[in-house]
Amino acid sequence: MKVRLVDIAHARSGDKGDTANVGVIALEPRWYKVLDEFVTRSRVADHFRGMIDGGVDRFELPNLNALNFLLHGALDGGGTLSLKTDAQGKVFSTALLRMVIDVPDAEAARLQLPAAK
Amino acid sequence: MNKLVRVAGGQGFWGDDLDAPRRQVEGGPVDYLMLDYLAEVTMSILQKQKERDPSLGYARDFVGAMESVLPAVLERGVKVVANAGGVNPAACAVAVKAAAEKAGSKGGLKIGVVSGDDLLDRLDQLIDSGHPLANMETGEQLSAVRDRVLSANAYIGSEPIVEALAKGANVVITGRSTDTALTMAPLRHEFAWGATSWDQLAAGIIAGHIIECGAQCSGGNCLYDWRSIPDLANVGYPLVEAKPDGTFVVTKHPNTGGRVSVQTITEQLVYEMGDPHSYITPDVIADFTTIKLAPDGENRVLVSGIKGKPPTDKLKVSVAYRAGFKAVGTLVYAWPDALEKAQLADRVLRERLDRLGLRFERILSEFVGANATHGHLAGDQSDAPEVQLRFGVRGSDRAAVERFTREIAPLVLNGPPSVTGFAGGRPKVEEIVAYWPALIDKSVVRTKVDLVQ
Repeated sequence: MKVRLVDIAHARSGDKGDTANVGVIALEPRWYKVLDEFVTRSRVADHFRGMIDGGVDRFELPNLNALNFLLHGALDGGGTLSLKTDAQGKVFSTALLRMVIDVPDAEAARLQLPAAK
Repeated sequence: MNKLVRVAGGQGFWGDDLDAPRRQVEGGPVDYLMLDYLAEVTMSILQKQKERDPSLGYARDFVGAMESVLPAVLERGVKVVANAGGVNPAACAVAVKAAAEKAGSKGGLKIGVVSGDDLLDRLDQLIDSGHPLANMETGEQLSAVRDRVLSANAYIGSEPIVEALAKGANVVITGRSTDTALTMAPLRHEFAWGATSWDQLAAGIIAGHIIECGAQCSGGNCLYDWRSIPDLANVGYPLVEAKPDGTFVVTKHPNTGGRVSVQTITEQLVYEMGDPHSYITPDVIADFTTIKLAPDGENRVLVSGIKGKPPTDKLKVSVAYRAGFKAVGTLVYAWPDALEKAQLADRVLRERLDRLGLRFERILSEFVGANATHGHLAGDQSDAPEVQLRFGVRGSDRAAVERFTREIAPLVLNGPPSVTGFAGGRPKVEEIVAYWPALIDKSVVRTKVDLVQ
């Protein structure tokens, strides 16, 4: 079943130099393991292909039902050098929430995940 | 010991709500008011101000904030800790003292001034004595930009603030303290936490991280259930109610808007996060994967379980240097085919700049309404009602950037149709001050505390 991240998670992002961070947080604690299983480092790197110049790091925070991603080379040089509207990476968070993941039907039903319309 | 210490966050950056500090000391019981004024960009702005006038170089908003909280400080013993000193904490103290006396403080303020973070005058000596201040991200030596350096400050920790409080200061003004130390230091002082009480120190740091951005932890900029967050016009700024064991509750004053919930706190915890296992500060390394959050009644979240470990022997240094010029111009194109028209305008503009022989280190065009924030992820926007072309250039040649600013307006009459939104006039040329993050041995940074009464 296709599931939109925006229906199962919320997020906030910020910057450090030319790196944007995106913290993505499960809306329901039981949905954290869906994030953990399906929102992988390589999936996120694919998602942002063409939008970032560097690699992606991923960290797990099961205590907060959250994952933290570092998107390197995301901010056109970052800080004051950047010419981007989003020079401080404030809304990379919602860009990540555009991701659609494919969860096996049985698991999706058991966790009552909302289906993508 | 069941002592409770309340630290209120009243300012998240220089430019935050001017009235928030007053509301924080008047809305309910508070022991400390913590005001964070410094972002990276702030230090260089303050340095430029100090170059023009040696009595400036601090966050002037702080003087007004102090006037507004003076009764609480003098009559109820609320103490204030702020990094408003910028690149001139001593001058900041003089200005605060003068304003307080004018308001009738009668010598009631005892101001602790923390200095020693400013390395600008020591830079050459430091480089010569084997501290290369290489760029943490690129490895480049500071000598590459040495002649363009505007400011250089080490991020210092809680110790000098604790020292000032121990000496009886009721206002502590620092320069480039870490944002988090401003909250942790009062707790460390009140609870007499030792320099190796890693878990408690880490808890104080995380309390600081939560409230250092003001209302961003109490309903501001909160995506979770944002429509239901009440009364943002009267948003409550955060309060930490801490206990000696390092557990604390985050809350806000009664009769304020916004919200404090597990979700609002979690969003703030992940803000600007790097490796959550190692949140490095001068005092302690905090482990964000140990944080436990639990609801504790309406607009109250209990934070516990935090673990810390010893810090490194380095301090981070932020060097600001002049890095050329930039300008950004915009034009708005309307339906039909708004995006296509804006894209044609972009091509025309690039060709004209090329024909003029103008060279830039960077040209970036964005199509606001189509792809500026979400890139290709936003999908097909060819039928958008309007699209803004946002065209920016950056380079070391000021004249070239200046010439670019004259190439936007002509497009209104000699470019693609259905164009509007140029009332702002020519774009402004901005000098860029960029940041050079580096590390330095802790042992060479000596902080100092002076009391001004």
